Amino acid sequence: MTSTVNLLIGVAMGLNLLALGSSRLPSVIRSVAVQGMVIGVMPLLIEEHFDWRVAFVAAVTVGVKGFFIPNLLSRAMRSAHIDREVEPFIGFVPSLLLGAAGTIAAVAGARALPLLPEHAGTLLVPGALASVLTGFVLLIGRAKAISQVCGYLILENGIYLFGLLLINATPLLVESGILLDLTVGIFVIGIIVDRIQRAFDSLDTRKLTVLRE
Amino acid sequence: MIALLESLLRMLVWLLLAPLLPGIVNRVKAWVAGRRGPPVLQLYYDLARLWRKNVVLSTLASPGFIAGPAVAWVAIAGAALLLPLGPGGSGPSFRGDVLLFVYLLALARFGTAWAAMETGSAFGGMGAAREVSYAVLAEVSLITAILALSVQSGSVTLATMLAPSAGPGAVLLAAGLFAVLLAENCRVPFDDPNTHLELTMIHEVMVLDHSGPPLAAILHGAAMKLLLFAVLLTQAVLPIGQHPPFVAAGALAAGVLGVTVGVGLVESLLARFAFRRVPLLLTTAFLLCLFALLLAWKGGAA
Repeated sequence: MTSTVNLLIGVAMGLNLLALGSSRLPSVIRSVAVQGMVIGVMPLLIEEHFDWRVAFVAAVTVGVKGFFIPNLLSRAMRSAHIDREVEPFIGFVPSLLLGAAGTIAAVAGARALPLLPEHAGTLLVPGALASVLTGFVLLIGRAKAISQVCGYLILENGIYLFGLLLINATPLLVESGILLDLTVGIFVIGIIVDRIQRAFDSLDTRKLTVLRE
Repeated sequence: MIALLESLLRMLVWLLLAPLLPGIVNRVKAWVAGRRGPPVLQLYYDLARLWRKNVVLSTLASPGFIAGPAVAWVAIAGAALLLPLGPGGSGPSFRGDVLLFVYLLALARFGTAWAAMETGSAFGGMGAAREVSYAVLAEVSLITAILALSVQSGSVTLATMLAPSAGPGAVLLAAGLFAVLLAENCRVPFDDPNTHLELTMIHEVMVLDHSGPPLAAILHGAAMKLLLFAVLLTQAVLPIGQHPPFVAAGALAAGVLGVTVGVGLVESLLARFAFRRVPLLLTTAFLLCLFALLLAWKGGAA
């Protein structure tokens, strides 16, 4: 069981790097979607006993993170006529190296943390830290609003991984509440993206730093 | 006496089988494109034809123009001899021979680049500059992959390093080494061996001024390098050493064939990348090998 979870977290870490290294928006969105699905099935693997509520949360997470949000983002891309090139502030090679260094540091640093013995063997904490770092790099280092949304989603995936540590303690209501918040957040961002596009004819956040009458 | 004979036999296998691989790659490309394609043995005919031809020597060229390809060919042949051939084992196997292997490959590259600049043509120097700048990045990945293998097996001898499989990081290592193979052999996402536009060529532009037997040596050396990397990749990933000889030989041959067909498929399905995107791909290869190294390290500790 642990090895399957670790394998899936390894895949999620790989998808982090893919999101950092890809130069096209659709592939960034796709890797975020796949990561959401990979992380979404994880509660089923961690929970020993099959519980229909856990299964429900997993199914909803996979549905929302794997299909609903990516579709919203692609639709926003299409309707706002955003071209597919990611415009990086931090180039692809430096951001890849940053992400890889962050991943390695997360794996190395998680050993030093005082974790519960049942969590020490899994990659949950390193995976969460690495995803959060990747999310930050994407948020800081990309010019387009859509890729920043992707960074935010990866950040959220990392926090979700952290939350899995407490799966026995968190009520499922909290989990579904987080999911709902996320969806609403993406909704709002989608609307804002549309507005920015209409007002400025571009989604380049660099243009939003100038105040004007 | 027996050992000498065995080494000679192994050398013959390397020398005779190597020109087969570019033929297979071309055949796969032709098959994907729906053409008939050149015969599989085309490179053998080319080599025979080139061997009978005269050499055109520039008045500017020093003896290095001939010596460069010769040094490169001998270095690649030496590296090939060090690499074990599945159940055949390797000839002069000793502790730390993997370092010699890496250095021989670097020496071969130096030989080609040196000869490329001998005639004083601008294109030769340009191609050599590109070749070595890609090589800097590809070599890092190769060395990381070799480190991963040596950590995994706890040895610095090629024969013992390559016998077991690469453990949990095998998939990462395979992907990384495949990218290194494509870069080192100037295959499609990095360079197009069929291109005839001097401004975009890398390997081909270095050998523009060569003719006759030196060109034959360069072509044969390139084919041998392709075979060498295919064998390295197959043995690094598959646990060749844990099977009876015939199964191992079959697995090795199948692996090399699979890698060759893979090269052909990549070549027909991908276009070459723009120069500025190549470092990204090579960095990815490096990271793949680096994570394989970390997996080998952590897996060994746990």
